[in-house]
Amino acid sequence: MAENKKKLLQGNEACVEGALYAGCRFYAGYPITPSTEIAEGMSVRLPRVGGKFIQMEDEIASIAAAIGASIAGLKSLTATSGPGFSLKQECLGYACLAEIPLVVVNVMRGGPSTGYPTGPSQADIMQAKWGTHGDHPVIAVTPSYVQEILSETVRAFNLAEKYRTPVIVLYDEIIGHMREPVTIPAPGELDVVDREKATCDADDYFPYDERYEIAPLAPFGAGYRFHVTGLNHRKDGFPTNDPRQIDLNNRRIMRKIDNHREEIWKNEETFLEDAEVAVFTLGSTARSARFAVNKAREAGIKAGLLRPLTIWPFPDRAVTELSKRVKAIIVPEMNLGQMTLEVERCSKKADVIGIHRVDGEPITPAQILDVIKKHK
Amino acid sequence: MSTAAPEKKEKVVQPFDYNKYLRPNKLPHIWCPGCGHGIVLKALLRAIDKAGLQKDNIVMVSGIGCSSRTPGYVDFNTMHTLHGRALPFATGIKFARPDLKVIVITGDGDALAIGGNHFIHACRRNIDMTVLVYTNATYGMTGGQYSPTSPVGSTATTSRYGNIEPPFDTCEMAKASGATFVARGTAYHAIELEKTIYDSLTHRGMAVVDIIDACPTYFGRMNKFKSATQMMEVIEKENTVNIKQADKLPPEKLQGKMLRGILHKVEKPEYCQQYEEHVIKKATSKE
Ligand SMILES: Cc1ncc(C[n+]2csc(CCOP(=O)(O)OP(=O)(O)O)c2C)c(N)n1
Ligand code: SF4
Ligand SMILES: [Mg+2]
Repeated sequence: MAENKKKLLQGNEACVEGALYAGCRFYAGYPITPSTEIAEGMSVRLPRVGGKFIQMEDEIASIAAAIGASIAGLKSLTATSGPGFSLKQECLGYACLAEIPLVVVNVMRGGPSTGYPTGPSQADIMQAKWGTHGDHPVIAVTPSYVQEILSETVRAFNLAEKYRTPVIVLYDEIIGHMREPVTIPAPGELDVVDREKATCDADDYFPYDERYEIAPLAPFGAGYRFHVTGLNHRKDGFPTNDPRQIDLNNRRIMRKIDNHREEIWKNEETFLEDAEVAVFTLGSTARSARFAVNKAREAGIKAGLLRPLTIWPFPDRAVTELSKRVKAIIVPEMNLGQMTLEVERCSKKADVIGIHRVDGEPITPAQILDVIKKHK
Repeated sequence: MSTAAPEKKEKVVQPFDYNKYLRPNKLPHIWCPGCGHGIVLKALLRAIDKAGLQKDNIVMVSGIGCSSRTPGYVDFNTMHTLHGRALPFATGIKFARPDLKVIVITGDGDALAIGGNHFIHACRRNIDMTVLVYTNATYGMTGGQYSPTSPVGSTATTSRYGNIEPPFDTCEMAKASGATFVARGTAYHAIELEKTIYDSLTHRGMAVVDIIDACPTYFGRMNKFKSATQMMEVIEKENTVNIKQADKLPPEKLQGKMLRGILHKVEKPEYCQQYEEHVIKKATSKE
């Protein structure tokens, strides 16, 4: 077996490695700090494997082209940061409703507006969930380490292909630009999922066939000649005004994710077995939290860490269960309380204490340790 | 031996079988009586037939608007996207599958207002596709607001006192932006339009056809036209001149008239081909 290659990589470079590992063959993007290295990396690497790279005229065009390439059969990626993520929202909703697999990376920088381009934030957590209009399913994965950006990008593609939906990879500028040693997995080492292909006769093919929870997706140009629209549609993809059909489809696209939350959720638990105070956080903030929890343990405080690698769908169950066992859940986040609200919603007994920072500086281990000590 | 007079040989013209390319169970269409969009669709289907294109290999992409409802009625790979975004969606499809024939259907508002930036960049790239811009000088779908091609002084639900914004010349813009085939037709000149669309389909590169058609329901009523046919006569027939006749006419006869026919055609490297021949080749060469 080929030996795994070890490289010193930046988070954004690891994202490129992950995308290629997952079989991504199309990238469309528009430059924006702090995500640009993904576009630059893809522009070099994709043509080497026969893939397509295009720099579009803006972020709307980028995601639109990526959706187009996906319906034409290629695994597609687009990457951006806050302002560009805002522009992508209408198309993101289109991909949700038309059920077209796609991966969108958002390397979070300070906001709102142009904000702090070179500074980190975690302030797009709610935008990832509610950014586009209408009820819609959302999957968002949240790596904390450079190695994990690689593996979570692969997982994002797998989820997108499996559930026929856009998947967001959400990480902050700190790990986007951090360099760490990364092991490039050997072929076959990580699972790679491809969308289910249509095999039936063209006459029997319905792109939104209700007999399936997730119907197979035929690529354009394969003899199926079906219709895709962003209007509410029936199983054959054509628009409908029938309230029953609209209701059916709107609920089905939510259910296909809800019914598989167990499979989509991914949490890392550290010292939670006997913890009396827990920290819940993600991304680079989880690295500070881990440090703080270790320090607390050294001082004899029973602290633990719950780190979600899937933030959407929100890990309701894990938080609810945790809240029955600990006195307090501390939620450090580089925003003014987006996850804290969710934790409060799920928490049954424990106190929920947010730590918030929006000055473009990371939340330090000392900041978290202070709060742990107060609530031990 | 027959004594009957020899029969005069009549040329039998078979009626064109539109159903071959339509999805008959998706009809009737949403278009109003007198709307030009259906005439354009028929010309397009005849041109597709003449070009010998295979249904499985055609991808039709549209934005949002009355005109953009076209893909729902035709038996190709069809994608009704978002307002203004047909071209970037189509760019992704074509770039991913250069072997497919991509046809974009877009309204004047769709292509030139909300999608204006995509329009100029798609022209600039010279990616191989045919783009039909349905120029009815209004936003039909939303009920008759002024569009980027509404004439100065025209009335719309949002220009009750007369439009003060000068209109775009779609063809000039396409040409200046880099499209390698630029033409204009009208719904009135349906046979000529079929030929023009045929030429656009057989061109390799970005082919833009600006098609003047009428929205009697909104533009017509708001601007005191008596009927759809009168609109076609005034706006499409009297207001346009074929480029081949234009040379023979004195300047005063061309005053304020729009030219029809192929206005610009050049051969230039096509985007997907350039990518193969330059980018992929360099990226995969050993040196
Ligand atoms: C983002 C967005 N803005 C506005 C609309 C509303 N809208 C739908 S169609 C349309 C204009 C259509 O005009 P045009 O493209 O000229 O097509 P026509 O109906 O005239 O054929 C507008 C403004 C929309 N669907 N999406
Ligand atoms: S509103 Fe105008 S553009 Fe729309 S279908 Fe009716 S006539 Fe045609
Ligand atoms: Mg219009």
